[in-house]
Amino acid sequence: MGGGISKMLQKLFGNKEMRILMLGLDAAGKTTILYKLKLNQSVTTIPTVGFNVETVTYKNVKFNVWDVGGQDKIRPLWRHYYTGTQALIFVVDSADRDRIDEARTELHRIVSDREMKDCLLLVFANKQDLPSAMTPAEVTEKLGLHRMRDRQWYVHPSCATTGEGLFEGLSWLSQNIKTP
Amino acid sequence: MTGTYVIKESSVYHMLQDAYRERMHFEWDDLGALMNLDHSVVLQEARVFNETPIRPRQSRLLLAKIVFLLYRGDSMSTTEATNLFFSITKLFQCKDMSLRQMVYLTIKELSTISEDVIMVTSSLMKDMQPTSEITYRANAIRALCKIVDPSMLPGIERFLKGAIVEKSPLIASAALVSSLHLFNEAKDVVRRWGNEVSEALNGKSLSQNSSFFGSSSSQGQVVSTSNIVQYHAIGLLYAIRQHDRMAVLKLVQSFSGQSKGSGGWLSGGSSSSSVLRSNAAHMMLIRYAVRVMESDPSLVPLLHTLLEEWIRHRSDMVSLEAARAVCQLKDVTDKQLTPAVNALQLFLSSPKAVVRFAAIRTLNVLARTHPEAVQPCNVDMEGLITDSNRSVATFAITTLLKTGNEASVERLMKQMQGFMAEISDEFKIIVAEAVRSLCSKFPGKHGLFLGFLSGVLRDEGGYEFKRAAIEAIVDLAKHVGECREVALGHLCEFIEDCEFTKLSVRVLHFLGEEGPGTARPTVYIRHIYNRVVLENAVVRAAAVSALAKFGAAPKADAALQRSVRVLLTRCLDDRDDEVRDRAAWGLRMTGGAEQTRSRYVRDDSTFSLAVLERRLVEYCADPQAAKKARFDFAAVPRISRAQEEETRHRVRLDAMDQVLTGSALSSSAAAKDDVPQSADTRADGADRLVQYAKQLAAIPALAAFGEQPLVSSQRAVELTESETEYVVRCVKHVYERHVVFQFDVTNTIAEQVLEQVEVAMESDDIDGVLQPVVAVAIPVLRYDAPGTAYVGFERLAEDVPAASFACTLKFIVKECDPATGEPEDGDDGFEDDYSLETAELGPGDFMQATYIPDSEALWESLEDGESIETFALSSFSSIEECITKVCDLLNMCPLDGALTPRSKAAHKAAFTGKWMGRAKTVARTRMTYQKGAGVTMELAVRSEDPAVSELVVSAIA
Repeated sequence: MGGGISKMLQKLFGNKEMRILMLGLDAAGKTTILYKLKLNQSVTTIPTVGFNVETVTYKNVKFNVWDVGGQDKIRPLWRHYYTGTQALIFVVDSADRDRIDEARTELHRIVSDREMKDCLLLVFANKQDLPSAMTPAEVTEKLGLHRMRDRQWYVHPSCATTGEGLFEGLSWLSQNIKTP
Repeated sequence: MTGTYVIKESSVYHMLQDAYRERMHFEWDDLGALMNLDHSVVLQEARVFNETPIRPRQSRLLLAKIVFLLYRGDSMSTTEATNLFFSITKLFQCKDMSLRQMVYLTIKELSTISEDVIMVTSSLMKDMQPTSEITYRANAIRALCKIVDPSMLPGIERFLKGAIVEKSPLIASAALVSSLHLFNEAKDVVRRWGNEVSEALNGKSLSQNSSFFGSSSSQGQVVSTSNIVQYHAIGLLYAIRQHDRMAVLKLVQSFSGQSKGSGGWLSGGSSSSSVLRSNAAHMMLIRYAVRVMESDPSLVPLLHTLLEEWIRHRSDMVSLEAARAVCQLKDVTDKQLTPAVNALQLFLSSPKAVVRFAAIRTLNVLARTHPEAVQPCNVDMEGLITDSNRSVATFAITTLLKTGNEASVERLMKQMQGFMAEISDEFKIIVAEAVRSLCSKFPGKHGLFLGFLSGVLRDEGGYEFKRAAIEAIVDLAKHVGECREVALGHLCEFIEDCEFTKLSVRVLHFLGEEGPGTARPTVYIRHIYNRVVLENAVVRAAAVSALAKFGAAPKADAALQRSVRVLLTRCLDDRDDEVRDRAAWGLRMTGGAEQTRSRYVRDDSTFSLAVLERRLVEYCADPQAAKKARFDFAAVPRISRAQEEETRHRVRLDAMDQVLTGSALSSSAAAKDDVPQSADTRADGADRLVQYAKQLAAIPALAAFGEQPLVSSQRAVELTESETEYVVRCVKHVYERHVVFQFDVTNTIAEQVLEQVEVAMESDDIDGVLQPVVAVAIPVLRYDAPGTAYVGFERLAEDVPAASFACTLKFIVKECDPATGEPEDGDDGFEDDYSLETAELGPGDFMQATYIPDSEALWESLEDGESIETFALSSFSSIEECITKVCDLLNMCPLDGALTPRSKAAHKAAFTGKWMGRAKTVARTRMTYQKGAGVTMELAVRSEDPAVSELVVSAIA
């Protein structure tokens, strides 16, 4: 019965489903973000060897979020998950100034892939609760996003443990998704 | 309650049957579709995994196809597999349980082919958390253990530990089995789980809080009654503790059913002994008990009582295993065997074929060593000859043939004759082989056997079967004098109508050997010449050779010789050149002098064939050799025909054993591989000497001692126990004035590289006859790559020293990476040493054990060089023990039957050898044995060098 109603609702509001790939350097907070979104809990995580995948429904959009580990040895395997991705969430540890350059290199490598040509880019400037965190503007600058002309991108400050900024990011995604 | 359904109403029954048939038919169609699967098509279809949303049913079917392909043995390239693997990882977004299970299965299959399989680590770890469902958890654990590498193991360690003590048998078993697999790769980590494993074994769960995410949710748990967890736990626990004998002993005892308060071993400190509810686990326990008994004989009585108790276990499986264990114990006494045999006897009449099989198979093996213990079962076994299970019947017959007495053999043969026509060739061969072994056991019954064998020869049958029967007759003719002529008669009859060329040749050769010695050789000559007229060239050639033997035999009178010459002359016109050649050779031999004849016909020694072959190969390989000198036959050691025969006989006995145990039935391929190998390993010492000489010649420091050692040890002496850090074997070489100790060292520690390995030898030789002159070290000794160190001594005096040497292995240890074997940079290592057992040098080491033909004559001619002494050796409790020891000490070649005393009270033996490879020496010994007094032995030695005689006698003293 419930199925019937939801089908009807889907017809009314349009069936929005979005495949999202969440990447970033190790310890940027990807898994924490994922489970904050999914369970609304702050869970203790261990470094992700591999990936986590969860479905998060927000504002009638089903987000299919793939959180792939950011350790060195896993980064080469990211490419296996590019196909069919509609949006990339790139998570940055805003307090880790030492590795922001590394993050930039990785980000540019990802978006230059042919499979990622058309996808939206949302950057979470994460860990805003830390005192030395870079501002979103600073992160935008450091990641060289201004040079990215033919792509829709958006940087949003976030704090995964409290959940601040996460849903704002998602709503940007849901508003900007291209209906196929 | 699966498996037992009694349906009385026939209509219902038929309905079910129809349904079943339909279902089978349906499944067969499905299977047919699978059979035609194409690898590339399936891989194309696999793109469906990448689609969103996931289509669970379709994906599951496709996964099944992939798994089927892999099981079928299709190979997949790494790229293909990796791509496939990554598309399968996408399926983790779907929560469908049956799809997920299929995913686990496929991942396990792909884990060895695909790259980067660690990609699913996180997903699997999530699935194995206590919060997920049991089916997920168990299967995720199994898949996870396939994909982790040992470096990641510490990360999942606590989850696995928790899973091992989980209540659900599904999860616990999965964790235990996976740990067992991991044990090979990460011994150290898995070892730490010993406590958890014993908890699982004892069926007590650790408190649930020990698992990571709190207590497991109360899902409907699958309840298993098989207690399989215990089976897996005991296997893993043994793997962890196998090298700690006391721990294994405690493990065995903790399940002994006797409360001895030995529970302290268990971490929980439980004092009552536990119960094994799983029969399979109990079987394993019995096997471990046996291993403990094997490694420490002092524990045998203790554990034996346990085994005896377990024979009375209510489960067939456990009881059979315990009985089998008792039967296979070394040095088991008849009294100990009785309960086991009684139990097995009961099992012989079990309605279950598999139980009968297990029982008869065990009895069969036992009958080889203790036929009299199996005799009480004879009646039951005779009932099994007609068993519908052919394997059981085979075992029954072959066992009976071993346990039967003369009286029962007759009845048995009659029974066998009855069904020979009904059985297949393969089975007939076994019967023929069995009869063959019976022939040697009951020579008195030769008439019966010959009748049987000639009867079966007339029947239809393949080559192997006929060959077995022929060999049996040949054996009889050789070993039982009184039936020789009858046997030869049967053979003659056989070749009259024989379709197998090989067998004809075999028989003709044998006739040529045995025929001339009989009372009326002419009878056989007629049969043989018939072959020359009627058969193909190969058989004709064999017949001509046989004829020649008749002509050349020492017994041949003038008339006979003349007739043979006439026949051979006719053969000179044969169409085939080989036949003509042989005829010509035969003519020349029969006409030649008595000396030529005896040389070719009666020479009782032959070349050691292995050495001859090696030398010839070497000679041919070296282009210069032919120019330098002709091939030197004198350098090839000779062995007696008797020795050669004995080697063959031994190989045959081994093969026969296999026939009798029935292993030939199941593993004929393995047996084929095995037999030549065992023949190889027995290749005579002579062959080894050549190898030693080659090795030694390659060491420049030893070149001054002489071209090659005069005498080398027959076998290497172990200076360490096996399974120690370093394994050292010692071989001694005696040169004209020097003695060289060769140490073959093996490093069994993967994490170490040894450098500058040498052996330090401290002699107790007070006279200082031996002076160390040379020590050759092994520069680098890597893991599992044997190296050889040498120590050379000079003999300052002519006398032969008897000395023992305290040996120590000295070396520099460096740590290394086991993967590459390269020492770590900057590791200078440290010096270390390792004590070895003492090496002994005695007169025996100067004696080369060679066979000397015609030792009788030599003995007579050496009357002057005799040395004789009588010894009272009270420490020996049998002649056999004594003669083996004496043979060891003398290190000479035992002549015919020297080592196999016929009587328990008295024995005579003779040995030959060459002192320092030169002086021919003969030793004769007579010994008597009396209970209480031990063995009294007289040893007489005669040698070309009288001083040697005394020395040899002193070897015993």
